[in-house]
Amino acid sequence: MRAPDTNEIMLQVDGIALAFGGVRALRDVTFNIRRGEIRAIIGPNGAGKTSLLNVVNGFYHPNHGAITFKGRTRARMQPFEAARGGIARTFQNVALFKGMSALDNIMAGRTLKVRRGLLWQMLRYGPALAEEREHRHRVEEIIDFLEIEAIRKVPVGRLPYGLQKRVELGRALAMEPDLLLLDEPMAGMNLEEKEDMSRFIIDVNSHYGTTIALIEHDMAVVMDLSDRVAVLDHGIKIADGTPDEVKKSQAVIEAYLGVAH
Amino acid sequence: MLYREAGQFKTTYAEDMAIFPIRQDRIALAILLGIAFIGVPLLATFHVWPFGSDYLLWAILLPFLILALAAIGTNILVGYCGQISLGSGAFMAIGAYSAYKLATGVHIPFAWLGFAISIPPLPVLASILLGGLMAAGVGILFGIPSLRIKGLYLAVATLAAQFFFDWAFLRIPWFTNYAPSGSVNAPALDFFGLVVRTPVERYLLCLLFVTVMTVLAKNLVRSNLGRQWMAIRDMDIAAELIGIRPLYAKLTAFAVSSFIVGVAGALWAFVYLGSWEPLAFSIDRSLQLLFMVIIGGLGSIMGSFVGAAFILIVPIMLNLVPTELGVPLSTQTITHLEFIIFGSLICYLLIKEPHGFARLISIGKEKLRLWPFPY
Repeated sequence: MRAPDTNEIMLQVDGIALAFGGVRALRDVTFNIRRGEIRAIIGPNGAGKTSLLNVVNGFYHPNHGAITFKGRTRARMQPFEAARGGIARTFQNVALFKGMSALDNIMAGRTLKVRRGLLWQMLRYGPALAEEREHRHRVEEIIDFLEIEAIRKVPVGRLPYGLQKRVELGRALAMEPDLLLLDEPMAGMNLEEKEDMSRFIIDVNSHYGTTIALIEHDMAVVMDLSDRVAVLDHGIKIADGTPDEVKKSQAVIEAYLGVAH
Repeated sequence: MLYREAGQFKTTYAEDMAIFPIRQDRIALAILLGIAFIGVPLLATFHVWPFGSDYLLWAILLPFLILALAAIGTNILVGYCGQISLGSGAFMAIGAYSAYKLATGVHIPFAWLGFAISIPPLPVLASILLGGLMAAGVGILFGIPSLRIKGLYLAVATLAAQFFFDWAFLRIPWFTNYAPSGSVNAPALDFFGLVVRTPVERYLLCLLFVTVMTVLAKNLVRSNLGRQWMAIRDMDIAAELIGIRPLYAKLTAFAVSSFIVGVAGALWAFVYLGSWEPLAFSIDRSLQLLFMVIIGGLGSIMGSFVGAAFILIVPIMLNLVPTELGVPLSTQTITHLEFIIFGSLICYLLIKEPHGFARLISIGKEKLRLWPFPY
């Protein structure tokens, strides 16, 4: 069930500027994400792609500009508030909880859905136990979906890189997010792993109707997966549109291939 | 391994979520609890070997139980939540002195306001639990800096708590009910008419406390809150991005940890020492608890017991074994040997196995499960 491609704007980023001292990571970037689409953000190294994601989920606070998410404009917010609003995120370098099993990592993703407090959890009785089982059930569905049943009890530190990326995606999915930000989900993967991951991304989008924004360097993957592509270079958005439009854009070709002077 | 999980199929998630999913482990635990709750008291009552004298109960089992409880508290903060604390001794002291004040009646005169707060002496059980709550409150207070500072700097902040409370209980006579020597006596251990006097009764009382609180602590660390603590420990940035509030996770860890340590402190004072002075909860105690947690296993409830047993038993063994072998060592040599053994062991474990004996045991189990075939 693919979410209908309405033109409803889920996330609107207006004139964002972000500077670290003298380094201007983002300069007046404006872009939006529509509900239900797969939105790619591409650009050469150091273009500000990750900074843009960090601004969206409250990890960096922009110097200028506004972000409107699901109709609410906000200036400053903390990362856990973004999480509460329904934004989930994976990292370029896997950021899993190394000492915990794959299962516990994904269970931790359910934190926002847990209703019973400290005393109930301590007693682990009645409603608290029922709730824990319910969460386990949901998590097992995700484990099923990502085909990682065999490793659920393995500490994630011992897993190979490709599986760690999958567990991290699982943890993000456990939050049942409206908007999923994927920072280079296929970096460092071989062809088969990339194909698996692409399949999961498409399935998440069509099955759960989750809106996805992803950063990726593999152009073949980007052009196949995404509905719309935004291109950043030196903190400036130089192109935005469908994959075909972006491919033809002179600015993009120059950014990637360089210009003869 | 003498047993493995072959043939035990789990058909529900509830079965898979049990603390001991393997039947043989459950049987072993039941036997252990049977020995602890029925065997030991019976043997000790009739003075059967090895309980010919009260030495084993008084000098080993009682301190083992209470310090294991304190180690669980320390482990929740240091092992599960990753917040290094050198103030466990202070929180034991807060538990002990709060319980003492509550059990003997609190009187705070506000002379300049013209009134006084008076609380009549409370029953012992209520005093011990409220002493724990008081420690939890102070723990939250000293946990607030952890939101800004990490690692070594936090350790120094908790060290400040240690020195401050050492000083306070020694120098402020109000805490000791103006006892001239600075040493105080525990009230009679009266639990709803049942008065605890003999070593066996004291042992059973502590065992009950330890069992109940261990179960509650284990439930917490395997629930969502425990996962929040571990998430903060392993990767605080990612934890925040999945919706964990660092404020809530860290302060609950401080509160729960301090509560357990505070109750252990009250038990240590009331049940084990009987009469004590602030020296009983000095920085040495904090370090001892930290060693127990590191040696036993950071982030493991069972490790807290293993660590407590190890730290208590090594000095006794050093005392007994050479004497039995006919080469008695001087007390000084034994103390030095103790330092050498603990020091080198901590260095070794920190480098080789930061998760301590508990992890070594589980690795051993995993290897033995496949033994004699490596795959």
